[in-house]
Amino acid sequence: MTLTETPQPPQRPLRVLAAMSGGVDSAVAAARAAEAGHDVTGVHLALSANPQSFRTGARGCCTIEDSRDARRAADVIGIPFYVWDLAERFREDVVEDFVAEYEAGRTPNPCLRCNEKIKFAALLDKALALGFDAVVTGHYAKVIVREDGTRELHRASDMAKDQSYVLGVLDDKQLAHAMFPLGDTVTTKEEIRAEAERRGLAVAKKPDSHDICFIADGDTQGFLAARLGKAEGDIVDESGTVLGTHEGAYGYTIGQRKGLRIGTPAPDGKPRYVLDISPVNNTVTVGPAAALDVTGLTAIKPRWCGAAPSGPGTYTAQLRAHGGETEVTAELVDGSELRVAFTEPVRGVAPGQAIVLYDGTRVVGSATIATTERVTAGV
Amino acid sequence: MAYLDHAATTPMLPEAIAAMTAQIAVTGNASSLHAAGRRARRTVEEARETLAESLGARPSEVVFTSGGTEADNLAVKGLYWARRDADPSRTRILASPVEHHAVLDAVHWLGEHEGATVEYLPVDAYGRVHPDALREAIERGPDDVALATVMWANNEIGTIQPVRELADVAGEFGVPLHSDAVQAYGQIPVDFGASGLAAMTVSGHKIGGPYGIGALLLGREYSPVPVQHGGGQERHVRSGTLDVPAVAAFAVAGEYAAEHRERFAAEIGALRDDLVGAVRAAVPEAILGGDPSPAGRLPANAHFTFPGCEGDSLLLLLDAQGIECSTGSACTAGIAQPSHVLLATGADPDLARGTLRFSLGHTSTKADVEAVAAAIGPAVERARTAGLS
Repeated sequence: MTLTETPQPPQRPLRVLAAMSGGVDSAVAAARAAEAGHDVTGVHLALSANPQSFRTGARGCCTIEDSRDARRAADVIGIPFYVWDLAERFREDVVEDFVAEYEAGRTPNPCLRCNEKIKFAALLDKALALGFDAVVTGHYAKVIVREDGTRELHRASDMAKDQSYVLGVLDDKQLAHAMFPLGDTVTTKEEIRAEAERRGLAVAKKPDSHDICFIADGDTQGFLAARLGKAEGDIVDESGTVLGTHEGAYGYTIGQRKGLRIGTPAPDGKPRYVLDISPVNNTVTVGPAAALDVTGLTAIKPRWCGAAPSGPGTYTAQLRAHGGETEVTAELVDGSELRVAFTEPVRGVAPGQAIVLYDGTRVVGSATIATTERVTAGV
Repeated sequence: MAYLDHAATTPMLPEAIAAMTAQIAVTGNASSLHAAGRRARRTVEEARETLAESLGARPSEVVFTSGGTEADNLAVKGLYWARRDADPSRTRILASPVEHHAVLDAVHWLGEHEGATVEYLPVDAYGRVHPDALREAIERGPDDVALATVMWANNEIGTIQPVRELADVAGEFGVPLHSDAVQAYGQIPVDFGASGLAAMTVSGHKIGGPYGIGALLLGREYSPVPVQHGGGQERHVRSGTLDVPAVAAFAVAGEYAAEHRERFAAEIGALRDDLVGAVRAAVPEAILGGDPSPAGRLPANAHFTFPGCEGDSLLLLLDAQGIECSTGSACTAGIAQPSHVLLATGADPDLARGTLRFSLGHTSTKADVEAVAAAIGPAVERARTAGLS
């Protein structure tokens, strides 16, 4: 497999739409695209149905202040700027999905969903319809164009900042219209901030955004409790013995150790972890760390950057947004289910998260984890 | 570049720029007693007289403000407070639903915080308030009406209101009528003295004057409670040191507007008709907003609804072609909202999102119209593909 190592510079200036959150990364990305000679128009996505007038310390991506920061950056770059209201789509496709996944005992990744359904679907579709060629974002990932013209998604040059995991849901059609100006250079956040400063962008010193933009105060549990209500249930061990109560199974994530509030210690005195969440009977099962070891998993809704692989293959896999890599063999069964075996057992794999498969730095595809196979039977 | 957003702001007239720059280096607070103050005061008072004459008012009826928004707030809030102070039962405000937000949000605020009952007057499909509708609203309780407010001409769809007739009705019941004439001023005859209005708002930068200056024309018998307290300038109604250069330039623009209005209206009206014709030829399904009869709308206004399009998409596409216009409606946090004016006229909410307002002015040319004629068809086609998100 021969790769063109250097990403090709644009052959012709494109008309591109830069998604500008009001943060430093997307501002620098838009500036770089403009500097590269593209015809750039900035767009801020209004994703919150009730934008706060001004934030009170919390960092979201939906406030009026963010919108103004984005507009100010666009003015400095010298590009037109618009605000598009995608709040309804965002609510349906990201927020409701997020709540429903937690309610079903899974652990969703809303950023991934937003990329799949909003930035590279709703936004991209509208951009293409309006005559734009591509959407530019401030993600740290790299698009490499091969000699035959096919496009590949790769990890960012700077592995520490790589965000290819949350872009793993993009198929080749979406990828064909994606531009990530930040992925090609090894840059620390400090360097990006310095570049923003150099470019006269006032967002240079703006703090990083919160993980989940629509939960401005960062209190995910509070957000879920408000949406799903309290639903007391049992916390049990692997044998089914009740150890305590919880106020909603959705409040737990597989692999979680803290905040279990179990009075009695484990017989062996070792810490206990959430092993399983069962929304059907509203129970949370806890047990020793060893019981978290997973040897394999099945994942659904696979999406491929290019052709789906035929037959089993060996890949490296990433299982959560900031997780490391692990070696797997994976096979697509019936075209819709991905069966994955880990070379070494992996701890704390949560259904609902995405598994992204890599061939070296290249993103092969992704799927949503549905079930896991544990070393110890039972759960 | 085709600048077709003169209703947002229009280029300053060279004469106004000259007047402003001449004054900007001159020292003098118009409230001071010494020579410098007297000089400034003379400039201000001459400007006041010029403006008064151009608007059919007495000089003492001109209260300078920082612009249209402040004048609207002063009229609506000030008259409400004064009338309620005189008789606590007067808490009803009658307003047209097609007002500019400077009026609409002010009356809404009075409703939320000052115990006002805000009643919106019915309008027809062109956004016009019928005098009988005002009469009917007042007659439901003539003694508890604090004030009525109906704009002279609408900023989005250009519809002209029957101000004289409305003022006659209000006058029968002793109800003060305020009218925001920001858009009408310079395009159609605006005579405060003959209008029967209690108060009327005008603004500088819509007629070729500078930003940041406007005036409330205020009948001498009215003493609205000030919004802004301080040194007692402007009949103790609007405190604050006057911006002498802006006042002087405003007067120059006002005088120019009065002198050239008829010719300007005829020329700009013909150009507007060309633009309307060009848009209709390119996009037959485009719906002209407001009153189609020339007598019923501002000569410089052309407003369209493009079914199936989002106004924002059209703006983006036309902007990329160097055509600068507006959707006409206000936005919240930069997010386009369906126009409250169109909604008030009974338009479908989806349709109300697909609007464009072209507003012409003293620098508009045939080339501007030709640019729109060439660009609008493809832009509408493309925006329709993008649809309503």
